[in-house]
Amino acid sequence: MKSRWRHRLERIGGMVGKEFRQIFRDPRMARVIVVAPVIQLLVFGYAVSTDVDEIATFLVDHDRSRESRELVEALTASGAFEVVGRSDRSGDLVLALDRGDAAVGLEIPAGFSTALRTGSGARVQILLDGTSSNTASVAQSYAERIVQEFALGRTVPVSSAAIDFRERPWFNPNLESRDYNVPAVVGALILLVCLLLTSLAVVREREIGTLEQLNVTPLTPGELIAGKTIPFAVIGLVDLSLVTAVSILWFEVPFRGSAVHLLAASILYLLSGLGLGLLISTVSSTQQEAFMASFLIFQPAILLSGFMFPVTSMPEIFQWVTLLNPVRHYIEVVRAVFLKGPSIEALWTQYTALLLIGGTLLWIASRRFQKTAR
Amino acid sequence: MNRTRLLAVARKEVLHLRRDRRSLILAFLLPVLLVILFGYAISWDVKDIETAVLDHDGSGRSRELLNAFWSSGYFRLVARLERPSEIDALLDRGTIRIALVIPPGFASDLDAGRTAQIQGIADGTDANTATIALAYARAIVRSYSNRIRVAGSRAPPIESRTRVWYNEDLSSKNMIVPGLVAVIMTIIAAMLTSLTIAREWERGTMEQLAATPVSRLEVVVGKLLPYLAIGLMDVVGVSLVGVFLFGVPFRGSAALLMMLSLAFLIGALGLGMFISAVARSQLLATQLAMVATFLPAFLLSGFMYDIAVMPKPLQAFTYLVPARYFLVVTRGIFLKGVGIEVLRVQGLLMIVFAVIGLFAATMVFKKEL
Repeated sequence: MKSRWRHRLERIGGMVGKEFRQIFRDPRMARVIVVAPVIQLLVFGYAVSTDVDEIATFLVDHDRSRESRELVEALTASGAFEVVGRSDRSGDLVLALDRGDAAVGLEIPAGFSTALRTGSGARVQILLDGTSSNTASVAQSYAERIVQEFALGRTVPVSSAAIDFRERPWFNPNLESRDYNVPAVVGALILLVCLLLTSLAVVREREIGTLEQLNVTPLTPGELIAGKTIPFAVIGLVDLSLVTAVSILWFEVPFRGSAVHLLAASILYLLSGLGLGLLISTVSSTQQEAFMASFLIFQPAILLSGFMFPVTSMPEIFQWVTLLNPVRHYIEVVRAVFLKGPSIEALWTQYTALLLIGGTLLWIASRRFQKTAR
Repeated sequence: MNRTRLLAVARKEVLHLRRDRRSLILAFLLPVLLVILFGYAISWDVKDIETAVLDHDGSGRSRELLNAFWSSGYFRLVARLERPSEIDALLDRGTIRIALVIPPGFASDLDAGRTAQIQGIADGTDANTATIALAYARAIVRSYSNRIRVAGSRAPPIESRTRVWYNEDLSSKNMIVPGLVAVIMTIIAAMLTSLTIAREWERGTMEQLAATPVSRLEVVVGKLLPYLAIGLMDVVGVSLVGVFLFGVPFRGSAALLMMLSLAFLIGALGLGMFISAVARSQLLATQLAMVATFLPAFLLSGFMYDIAVMPKPLQAFTYLVPARYFLVVTRGIFLKGVGIEVLRVQGLLMIVFAVIGLFAATMVFKKEL
């Protein structure tokens, strides 16, 4: 009994060794495995920022007083706004917004300083380019707050607000969007690597005709699948360590949780990636088709994961759909492990979901695979 | 260029396409499916923010303030708490995104004319949502605060009138759908043509083509024409879905959109053709087309992430991404209703890109022959 298991392990080990040799025979593969994820993480890490600062602002100051200058200074001193142009005519402001040269227009009417001094209610006009709705809503709240603070600073303290609202963002006190996005990129990249490598490798073997050869070896179907997928699981984990290291060392994203959590979730997550890859390889007859299929699965999987768009902002139907998406659960774990340092209890639903989804996918995939391999 | 020969190449390509039903279906269906999926699923609108309340005061005043939160539509009560420690657990689990803490003595402070305090603790991991949620909370507290201020006090010393243009209710759909037109067309265009030349190589028909008296430019342009027609139809289809299904405003001129789409598509199709000529295999060609268009079009065109906040070298790189120009065109025509006088720089750059695309495809193609 014991020796049967040893033989079994030996056979799987032999197959894993063969797979690794096959993968690395093509020198381009090393690039796909090591260089591509790091480059993608760097591009993503820098591009994927929803921080709003130095918003291009066009200024029309009809008042040209000390007060109006001080108000503009208050706005720019925060770093949120940057004056990119100024004029005396309101028409130029419209043109700057139309052209997209400015995202915010600030118009200070004549008589602003007089109204402010006499306390008769001064007015300023703030125009926002709503085509970029995210920037606009943040800019709006910044601008209103700065104007209110400026106003309060110039009147007697009696009229201070009746209620003082104290804000405390937890886990990410500076509200850095990069700290939130970079860990999610880790999740997306690992799926992409697993999906593409697994589906292409199996289909390639079918294309060349070597899959039939494997069938006449003494390997059982289960061993065949294990031998096929284990190398890609290993590559996935290597990539995970690589991109995690880049996130922490290069992007300086805090890592507050435990590496054990991350590893456990990643292994469960890999089940889904490998299962999907195998599944694609059963429906595709050429590498071309496998590539297209991977792309068609990858796109909605990322879109409906909460990576770029919060799940809670989706219509309810889509929110339910996301529960079936392994990427969603994994990204929740990764973000929590990086930023919150959670306990195991806080994450058990995600672990269970990953195990269920991954197990089911891998099970379906191996059954279909065994049939098509015959 | 000879018209007869050009049309002959175009006709040959149409015949190829008609035989390849799967690609044809993909060419018409994929853009519409993508815009529907994206249009429904993607949103940055922040609403129904999961909120927990720890009300130590429990007075009429505190209830009044909290009601202002619920009736705003932005906040949704998910838990009433008794102890501060409960906040930790809920935030850890991600059950709530913001907690409001009202200290004891809130009402008596207000009644005595002292400044009362409330605290908002937000989950900052999602910086974007947290920023917006806190801004909403601040606005609600401020307006309540103004309302209850003792009578006779002065009006707020400066009134800031904020008006949002082009997209008055700041709906992210209005921003995303026109952007999608640009992004989807980039990907579709490159995928459409990336196979054409590689296919001839794989099937061995390239030699036949080389033996005919057709010039290189005639082959490139002739092959491009059918896809140009498909691409234009896709633009129309995607725009119609945007306007009629998603209710995105279309304020500009449809004719101008078609003209500028034409310029953009020639460049994007030329790029696909160039990739196809370089790659020689259909598999490598699709992969290259994907890498060259997908990531840049999504991330570096300004579709989702503001180019202005990217680091300078990355900003410089975005000028090489044609989707960046087409995005300004689609958003400009859909939402702003601007004309050629505003879009002429983008139009010119896309024409330059089209010429370079055609030229590069022709040049690379020549080497192979």
